[in-house]
Amino acid sequence: MSTPAILVENVTVHYGEVLALDAASLTLDTARICGLIGMNGSGKSTLFKVIMGMIKPDAGRVLINGESPAKARKEGGIGYVPQSEDVDWQFPLSVRDVVMMGRYGHQGFTRRPSKADRAAVDLALDRVELSEFANRQIGQLSGGQKKRAFVARGIAQGATMMLLDEPFAGVDKRSEATITRLLRELASDGCTILISTHDLHALPQLCDEAVLLMRKVLMHGPPELVLQPENLATAFGLDVLNRDLPDGDLPDGDASDAALQDAATDRDLTNQQGRN
Amino acid sequence: MDLFDLLLEPLSYDFMVRAIVTTALAAIVCAVLSCWLVLIGWSLMGDAVSHAVLPGVVLAYIVGAPFALGALVFALIAVTLIGVVRNTSRVKEDAAIGIVFTSLFALGLVLISVTPSQTDLNHIIFGNLLGVSIPDLIQVLVLGVVAFAILILKRRDLTLYAFDPTHAHAIGLSPKRLGALLLGLLALTSVVALQTVGVVLVVAMLIIPGATAYLLTDRFSRMLVIAPVISALCSIAGIYLSYYLDTASGAMVVLTQGAIFAVVYLFSPRQGLIGTRLAKARRKKAVALAA
Repeated sequence: MSTPAILVENVTVHYGEVLALDAASLTLDTARICGLIGMNGSGKSTLFKVIMGMIKPDAGRVLINGESPAKARKEGGIGYVPQSEDVDWQFPLSVRDVVMMGRYGHQGFTRRPSKADRAAVDLALDRVELSEFANRQIGQLSGGQKKRAFVARGIAQGATMMLLDEPFAGVDKRSEATITRLLRELASDGCTILISTHDLHALPQLCDEAVLLMRKVLMHGPPELVLQPENLATAFGLDVLNRDLPDGDLPDGDASDAALQDAATDRDLTNQQGRN
Repeated sequence: MDLFDLLLEPLSYDFMVRAIVTTALAAIVCAVLSCWLVLIGWSLMGDAVSHAVLPGVVLAYIVGAPFALGALVFALIAVTLIGVVRNTSRVKEDAAIGIVFTSLFALGLVLISVTPSQTDLNHIIFGNLLGVSIPDLIQVLVLGVVAFAILILKRRDLTLYAFDPTHAHAIGLSPKRLGALLLGLLALTSVVALQTVGVVLVVAMLIIPGATAYLLTDRFSRMLVIAPVISALCSIAGIYLSYYLDTASGAMVVLTQGAIFAVVYLFSPRQGLIGTRLAKARRKKAVALAA
């Protein structure tokens, strides 16, 4: 059996008194696309941070291609596409500048770009079809283009694994399809991709597998199975047995109903598309 | 008297030449640093560190150590205290900053009041541009060149830190270390600027040039040129103005920078309040003429 690209084993994380991850375990093989589903506070971001080594778990371990996250980072294998709201879109950088940041791990003390670096950046921009926008200020792209710019940064970096935080938030349908195609291409080239998302209807087309997270991994399997309403109900806190969920993590009834209905409708749509 | 004489006359005094050279140097280093400070949102931190170094400078004076050393130590103490208060109590960051830097600044003032040679130290608070001595100039030169060189050599890493620290971490760099480097440079730069405009006004030189340049361009690399050029020109203009108007020189430098910011704020073609409207009106007119 080959070494998994991501191995998360019984990882527990506390923020002070708050339990963010409770013995969560996840194994992801190379070149797979995995969707991470869970409501706010379910530990999605924490899991990302643990995989990137930004948080040391209180218990458990994480291995990236059989190595420690620190080693994987040094080798430049981990690409990260941030959530839109975490980016200062007014920052005076061009699209090319941002993509070039993917090359910093390959560069010397002052990060002076070499010919090879420029070529890698051009190639990555071309791949995400942003070459003509290379000199635009990063905020002057559409929602989908912004995401692609950050994916290009990961490509220029030569990342063998990409973590995407809510890549479909604020992205129109067409861009969503473009991003989906791009990620599928990257996966077929051997890149392992982990995506946290609220966008349930995009999952079946995009992902090979899906994970339901509620501080622990509730379910891990094919997207169609994981997206069953009864499974979503557990993850989104609409638990009929009223188990102990901490305050603040519970969405109000309407929100979760809406999420469920969305999921159900979207699934119907998907099925129809499948039949057509 | 023509313009040429107006410009040359002050230069016949050695102290004016020293004042101009020192201020321009400090202005350039501060301006380069300010580009990152305004983008990260560290303006208040700049204010805090530049005030908090005062007791360090006074203690260094008392024991005869280099000012920069004392300043660095107290910058570190200030940043640590701010972090501790913020993280271990319910007090928010801005309040933590306010508490720590004013307390340390007050400590500095108390130390000055009990230190025999009071006149020298009072200059640290309000600056003493016209009294810059040769050793002062050399100190500013050395510290300024060191800070400037580090900032320029590490500019790409610092920009990455300002823009996306998570990515910095993901590619194996240490955002913590980069943040610490920037804070260290902030402390060093504060010392450079203390000599010229004084503790109270340093923060102006650490914020205004970067903010002005930010309104003029969408490229960070250009900000790094525009900010120091504007800042150096403003400081020299400020000194000339203070010479002819017989006003406080440090304050005049800051006032000039503020005035230029106001002009850019109003008339910048990209971001300016009036500038963007003028550009729009011109476009409309062009369309009307074409039709």
